[in-house]
Amino acid sequence: MPKPKVCILRTAGTNCDMETHFAFREAGADAELVHINNLINQQGKLKAYQILAIPGGFSYGDDIAAGKILASELKYKLIDPIKKFVADGKLIIGICNGFQILVKCGLLPGNNNLNQEATLSINDSAKFEDRWVYLKNQKSKIKNQKCVWVKNLPEIIYLPVAHGEGKFITKDKAVLERLKKNNQIIFQYCDEKGKSAAYPYNPNGSEEDIAGISDERGRILGLMPHPERHILLTQHPRWHTIKDKKYGPSLKRWQAGDGLQIFRNGVEYARKLI
Amino acid sequence: MSWHIEIKEKEGIFDAVGEGIKKDILDLGIRSVRKVRFIQVYILEGNLIEGKVREICEELLVDKITQDYAISRPLNRHELPEPGEFTVEVAYNPGVMDPVEESTLKGTQDLGIIGVTSVRTAKKYIIKGNLTGEELKIISEKLLYNKLIQHVVDYSESARSSPVARELDYQFNLITVDLLGASDKRLAAISQEGQLFLNLREMQQIKDYFKKLKRNPTDCELETIAQTWSEHCGHKTFRGKIDYTEELEVDGKKVKRKESIDNLLKSTIMKVTKELNKPWCVSVFQDNSGVIRFDSRHNVCFKVETHNHPSALEPFGGANTGIGGVIRDSLGTGLGAKPFLNTNVFCFGPPDYPFDKLPEGVLHPKRLMKGVVSGVRDYGNKMGIPTVNGAVLFHERFVGNPLVYCGTAGIMPKDKSFKKVSPGELVVLVGGKTGRDGIHGATFSSGELTHESEKISSGAVQIGNPIQEKKMLDTILQARDRNLYTAITDCGGGGLSSAVGEMGKGSGAKVYLDKVPLKYKGLSYTEIWISESQERMILSVSKKNIGALIEVFNKENVEAVVIGEFTNTKKLELFYRDNLVCDLDMKFLHDGLPEIVKKAVYISSNKHKAPVSSCPRNLTPYLEKLLSRYDICSKEWIVRQYDHEVQGGSVVKPLSGIVNDGPSDASIVRPILNSSMGVIVSNGINFRFGLIDPYWMAASCIDEALRQIIAVGGSLKEVAILDNFCWGNPDKPDRLGSLVRAAYGCYDIAKGFEVPFISGKDSLYNEFTVNNKSIAIPGTLLISAIAVMDDVHKAVSMYAKNPGDLVYVVGQTYDELGGSHYYDLMGYLGNNVPRVSPAEAKSVFNALSKASSAGLIKAMHDCSDGGLAVALAEMAFAGGLGMNIFLSEVPYKETQNVKRKTQKPREDFILFSESNSRFIVEVAKDKQKEFESALEGVSFGLIGCVMKDKKFNVYGLGGKPCVKSDIDKLKEAWQKPLRW
Repeated sequence: MPKPKVCILRTAGTNCDMETHFAFREAGADAELVHINNLINQQGKLKAYQILAIPGGFSYGDDIAAGKILASELKYKLIDPIKKFVADGKLIIGICNGFQILVKCGLLPGNNNLNQEATLSINDSAKFEDRWVYLKNQKSKIKNQKCVWVKNLPEIIYLPVAHGEGKFITKDKAVLERLKKNNQIIFQYCDEKGKSAAYPYNPNGSEEDIAGISDERGRILGLMPHPERHILLTQHPRWHTIKDKKYGPSLKRWQAGDGLQIFRNGVEYARKLI
Repeated sequence: MSWHIEIKEKEGIFDAVGEGIKKDILDLGIRSVRKVRFIQVYILEGNLIEGKVREICEELLVDKITQDYAISRPLNRHELPEPGEFTVEVAYNPGVMDPVEESTLKGTQDLGIIGVTSVRTAKKYIIKGNLTGEELKIISEKLLYNKLIQHVVDYSESARSSPVARELDYQFNLITVDLLGASDKRLAAISQEGQLFLNLREMQQIKDYFKKLKRNPTDCELETIAQTWSEHCGHKTFRGKIDYTEELEVDGKKVKRKESIDNLLKSTIMKVTKELNKPWCVSVFQDNSGVIRFDSRHNVCFKVETHNHPSALEPFGGANTGIGGVIRDSLGTGLGAKPFLNTNVFCFGPPDYPFDKLPEGVLHPKRLMKGVVSGVRDYGNKMGIPTVNGAVLFHERFVGNPLVYCGTAGIMPKDKSFKKVSPGELVVLVGGKTGRDGIHGATFSSGELTHESEKISSGAVQIGNPIQEKKMLDTILQARDRNLYTAITDCGGGGLSSAVGEMGKGSGAKVYLDKVPLKYKGLSYTEIWISESQERMILSVSKKNIGALIEVFNKENVEAVVIGEFTNTKKLELFYRDNLVCDLDMKFLHDGLPEIVKKAVYISSNKHKAPVSSCPRNLTPYLEKLLSRYDICSKEWIVRQYDHEVQGGSVVKPLSGIVNDGPSDASIVRPILNSSMGVIVSNGINFRFGLIDPYWMAASCIDEALRQIIAVGGSLKEVAILDNFCWGNPDKPDRLGSLVRAAYGCYDIAKGFEVPFISGKDSLYNEFTVNNKSIAIPGTLLISAIAVMDDVHKAVSMYAKNPGDLVYVVGQTYDELGGSHYYDLMGYLGNNVPRVSPAEAKSVFNALSKASSAGLIKAMHDCSDGGLAVALAEMAFAGGLGMNIFLSEVPYKETQNVKRKTQKPREDFILFSESNSRFIVEVAKDKQKEFESALEGVSFGLIGCVMKDKKFNVYGLGGKPCVKSDIDKLKEAWQKPLRW
């Protein structure tokens, strides 16, 4: 079977690149770490890939604001190849810092002029926090889920967040309504049972508990939680309990974690684009 | 032309920074504050028209969704405040690195705007409330700025003078110091005035050396010698001669012994390693960190360092550069190891220490702690290295001199574990530029702190730039994998002087100081040589590889510059614009240190007070109080701020439990994600035991570090440890005496456990002078352990799992309450300090390793601070389950060295004794037999079971409950104190 090629974008301060690489490899892709200077100097290079992944980290130290400098670098130095990539129907995923970057360069929620219509601002707790959160994806409520990244996921998944600036805010009510209408809200923070709940379930105070959104066509996904940190069951903070209760002696040593399916979805879809 | 841009959150958007400051002001006890607004200020310099400045704002600096901005010229910038409104604007002092400058400049260039020549930032706070001038001053000084690196902008002044301090070109002028003609008195004065921290004997030695050369030293030569010979770099106490006298009381009799020690390090710590001669020890005590085998293709390295003095003065910057430095130790080990975990241990004064008792020039412990935690968070998180383990301890004697230990473990391919410099290779400096930051850091940490320290040593304080280091890390690993260099070391304390001096030790080195890239003009040749600017490393590169090497770095925007050459002259030769400014023999530099015999005296005292009252009937309030002690209580506020999961390797995280908030013992990390092998790290520290006997403190620290490894399912098979001694002034015989006694403990116990030391560090002179009285910290030893685990799927966590499961205590409990939290709670220290019998402990540890690897253990937790009671309570509330415990089943013995008046064993002693080598273990009922047979020959007791409800009851020796509580209440007591 052909393996789709994933470009994992790297620059000063990127730091979740290796585990994102691992996640895509586990999901069956041929993933490569690519420094942004390479893409800028060879504008045609991006064409060779079917998926662009912008991993977590602190690009350029998150100076000014999280993801801001890399967002503007993408917008001013790499915009043509990216526009072409999107127009070709290829996939983009931005995780944590990557989500902040996609929102700040206008690729998410997305409009023709790449105007910024939302932001991720400082958490209500005013500090960086690493904690696990429950996420619901409402797939049972949405008939034609366009987003290619969420197929075959259970209704509620469990992933860690680790950020100081993750509070999702839209420019105005109209943008929020548009997101709802187009089913662009992909992940929402919730409690164990899938109900909307306050801090720490919603770890940052995001509007409508929004944790991740996609573009209108469902190919570009951005989310604050880290699916690449839950590829293996042993990354789950209570894997001992899960092991006993869910699997018992049938536990496989390399039991997958909740995050892996997201990467599998992307890879499966991208296979068709080769 | 300069443009000021002020950015604030729009009305209705939550101002997180402002609200945080307001909370801190209320914490200071200033109640009249109503509101704080935060404004971010950028000052752009350059030939720019207003339209371009607007473009920079809208496209780069401002988040249009949440923020508003205003542009102004400096003159009309300061609007008159309204009544009851105060403005404080804080900016960096000239010469202090502003990490935001570089990235913002880059951002403007990306926009295609080229006119910006410099960017500076400032933070402006608008504080509303009826504040007095005095209150405003307190708020500013205690919360908003640190005068060592920042200042409050004076508007009238900034309007008049140019905002950028213009650096003048440096005019070369070779400075020599007249040693040849100097009297002893003058020699001492030269050392003091130059902040060389060299004693008279050392100054005389230097004088003699130059007498033979028939010339005076240059300032640069003198500085180089001072750096190399400093305690910080040379570890002369540990490597020197010591006359040791010990007076112990054994069975009421005085036992005296005298010992003359030649090299304490070699005769204790390193001796263990040598005698054990483990085949998996790869490189010990010779590189920037210790190296052990991981799997057939990789080795792992581990190092823990301290950054105490810088953190005392500027907690954020001190901790920031502390963690940055130890990360470079990993990167500078062998040919470079990739860091995959950090660990941090802190000792502070009590967070509720009264402000009016605070000595002059000392920051309040709470501010210190907040600053240190954010410094670690900033650097560790931005480097993408998980901070997975640590501890925080508190004592009054740390008020003036906190301890900040930072550790890093790294992984590297087996064939990259050694370095070798050859003559003819080039000296290449990579990473950040050099500035005036950190001048005299190494020598400064080799003296005591005083209230003057903040004035005279402010150059020693630095702020890190983690992204600079991350770029350097990324590129170094690429160059390593392409075999483009032959040796690497980091520029830490002593800067280039110690890095190049160390690397060229065996051969010789020549450096052209004018080739070093500078942050700004005006640095003298000596300043360039000894600057401790962060994020720099030295590589040794053969001439044929230099082009390829420089390309690797430049491709990712990292500077790499040839600054000299390794020679075979056995000399250190430095040039500045063709002038020879330093010409020293390597042999003198590295071996010329005069032999000094230090006196050390240790007299044991068994006369600490112990409580005489009888055992309280109801121990519930004592347990709750113990859980609320700062040392014991939840550190979740800290742990969550650290990214402890980045790189994806975590298997046992620092917090675990049914809602992820119980206190794990050791942490387990998988450095290679598609391998089942793991690395376990843990720390053992207990200065209270050292107040009674440093020997047993050392023993207990080793036991604690090792038993945490056992508690998560590890084994003693491949464990290595690090020592980190933080002590008072070693020139004082009592301080040095207790240090020697602790080192003896390290030897005996590590040898007994058959666990080698692989690296270590010492930080001496941890004293603070108040009113001419020197207060030493309690001698504090940190033992950090690293273990290799064959299969992480065998890991065990600490939280109670299932109602009905059996609860065991494994290991013997003694009436060892000396130095315990229970005694301390009542205001006593006591004498019967916990001891360690390595033979007994080993059989307990090995039996438990066997049981956990056979899958017989549901949960396990080690007993340490607060004893059995605290360990049981933590397990129960972390699991969200109750427990019923019966004290009569605990194996308990009274030691012979204590005379007891009462007949019946005391319940409080059993519950709160901090005896070593003990564990609480949860076992499923159907595994009872198998588990108990695995423990053959080991003391253990089946003491109770896990309950479905939330009740936590302990039944005393007579069968009546002595603790009756519930887990919610206990958890609340444990979580409340540091829920900041």
